[in-house]
Amino acid sequence: MPVITMREALNQAMREEMHRDENIFLMGEEVASYQGAYKVSKGLLDEFGDKRVIDSPITELGFAGLGVGAAMVGLRPIIEFMTFNFSILATDQIVNSAAKMLYMSGGQFKIPIVFRGPGGSAYQVSSQHSQAIESWFAHFPGLKVVMPSTPADAKGLLKSAIRDDDPVIFIEQERMYGNKGEVSDDPEFMIPLGVAEVKREGTDATIVARSLMVPIALKAAEELEKQGVSVEVIDPRTIRPFDTETIIRSVMKTNRVVIAEESHPFCGVGAEISAQIMERAFDYLDAPVKRVSGVDAPMPYAKNLEKLAIPDLPRLVAAVREVSYLD
Amino acid sequence: MSELKVTPMKPRMQAEEASGAGVSIQAKVEAAAATAAINPEELRREHAQRQQEQQERIEELDRDTLHRLLYQMVLIRRFEEKAAEAYTLGKIGGFCHLYIGQEAVAVGALGALRPDDYVLTSYRDHGHSLAKGTSPDEVMAELYGKAGGCSAGKGGSMHLFDAGVNFLGGHAIVGGQIPLATGVAFAAKYRGTDQVTLVFFGEAAVNQGAFHESLNMAQLWKLPCIFICENNQYGMGTSLERAMSLQDVSQKAPAYNMAGEFVDGMDVLDVYQATKRAVERARTESLPTLLEIRTYRFMGHSMSDPGNYRTRAEIEKHQERDPIVVFRNNLKEKGTLDDAAMNDIEQRVREAVERALQFAESSPEPAPEELFTHIYANPPRQDA
Repeated sequence: MPVITMREALNQAMREEMHRDENIFLMGEEVASYQGAYKVSKGLLDEFGDKRVIDSPITELGFAGLGVGAAMVGLRPIIEFMTFNFSILATDQIVNSAAKMLYMSGGQFKIPIVFRGPGGSAYQVSSQHSQAIESWFAHFPGLKVVMPSTPADAKGLLKSAIRDDDPVIFIEQERMYGNKGEVSDDPEFMIPLGVAEVKREGTDATIVARSLMVPIALKAAEELEKQGVSVEVIDPRTIRPFDTETIIRSVMKTNRVVIAEESHPFCGVGAEISAQIMERAFDYLDAPVKRVSGVDAPMPYAKNLEKLAIPDLPRLVAAVREVSYLD
Repeated sequence: MSELKVTPMKPRMQAEEASGAGVSIQAKVEAAAATAAINPEELRREHAQRQQEQQERIEELDRDTLHRLLYQMVLIRRFEEKAAEAYTLGKIGGFCHLYIGQEAVAVGALGALRPDDYVLTSYRDHGHSLAKGTSPDEVMAELYGKAGGCSAGKGGSMHLFDAGVNFLGGHAIVGGQIPLATGVAFAAKYRGTDQVTLVFFGEAAVNQGAFHESLNMAQLWKLPCIFICENNQYGMGTSLERAMSLQDVSQKAPAYNMAGEFVDGMDVLDVYQATKRAVERARTESLPTLLEIRTYRFMGHSMSDPGNYRTRAEIEKHQERDPIVVFRNNLKEKGTLDDAAMNDIEQRVREAVERALQFAESSPEPAPEELFTHIYANPPRQDA
């Protein structure tokens, strides 16, 4: 299989789907002439023309709402946020319009739309441009939330998101666009939404990690292997719908869980996962569930402080050792 | 190019008076009433001129169209009077924003559309839904929160939807429907249909970013969208003068290089003709228009509004130009409507509203399992 970057995988997903269905269009800031602020939409303007690849003004609420309206009457928009930080301006349209339209219309208006773009921590851009806000969107019934951690997942999940009839929040990790991996070039290669993947099997402890935390969790598992601890790494891939079953099965096997996430801990996705484990597998736990989250502070600019704000390999290794009562 | 028609008759108070700090709302209301002090002679002249204008417009239209417009206005009025009664009896819950006084806007504007054109509006949506062709039975059942409602009892008064007649809702975040409508118009253009999208909103929505973002995109991309500001002069209890720095809403159109027009919302035919011009522009040239339609709501903002921010005299002044009474009288004067025809309209409306009430009463409540339907079009496996 060809080895490509996450950026190229996302590009392929959009290209293949746009060839398949002419109701799909891509709109966002700098997606067309500039080829995408992060080059995810590179070449799409030339291939599909300016009717289907559209540079928008800087008007997030406006073009998010435009996308939802277009979806009400049967188009399948891909709305790119240059970063998910800017989606905050559009949350009214995402939460009040996209998420609830099908419900409050009694099933009459489905909203097949993808809101995608980079999110999570970036490099030294301080607090307004470096944050993980998936828990906001995951909170609301009606939305689906996807966070891929490999190029293959990125492609397969984005294709599923585009074909899905519901609004999907698709968060790509800004630091991971250059990550490489094997990716199928079969145009029907899809990964279903709502299915977690066991990224590494193990027997002594489970790390539930998403997005940027997955490669770090895999490194931690390697490290811990040398220390005699066999770690299972599970990537939910989709935050909503959430594949609780796969995690519960793992907990029943390992009896120890660490949840790794970039986002702030308070009311975060990790808190939800922890609650579900407690409700459904309490008797199987040999130690309290441990969260390793981004710190409860806005993201600082200074390089040394920034490094301290995000979970890293040593913290993850220490957390697994802690739930294993090794120290 | 903008076609600006500036009205000679806008009630206005000076901005500095309106914003006087530390002055109670009641004092402001009194001050406004004093400045707008009604000169009976001037008012008579103005009404006479408006009457003359409507009578001239009547001559341009056929009897069937005129009677249909009147029927729809009367239907909305009587429907809402009954809805208000049902609300006070506790049959209807939540918020219930009545449209009484503004009927000429929805009826005149929607009269200018083709059935396959799209309509979106705010939470004050009963009139638009009925005028677009949603069955009164289903609208009333929705207000009652019944399974037979047009949104299956899940939307309520503020979220009426009817895909069958391209009525795309009832949206309850002020201004939220404006970007949606822009997207609906975008889709029509994308597909190459010549369908037009009409979106209604109150003047208070004009202060939201959603309005400005949408007008910019619509003109930039030449979208067949008609933005209709129903200026009823109050955003809940806050008068236009206390909320908007530039109060000529139609004057916001040139800021986006868009065509704009000021329309008398108490004259159903002025609304009809202005919307026709805008529809023509949208359908043939794919260009948007901003219409400011000046109207007045005779009732409170919602059923729970005591209305102490405006005077009885002010309301009565506007009620003198009740759009239904004015239209009916003008039709009679022009010999286009006799008592028998009017009685027939009232009779048909009475029957339709009575039927709607019975339908709503007898329609079952939504089944408990409906709580979890329609959350996802493709439900997740574990919820399926």
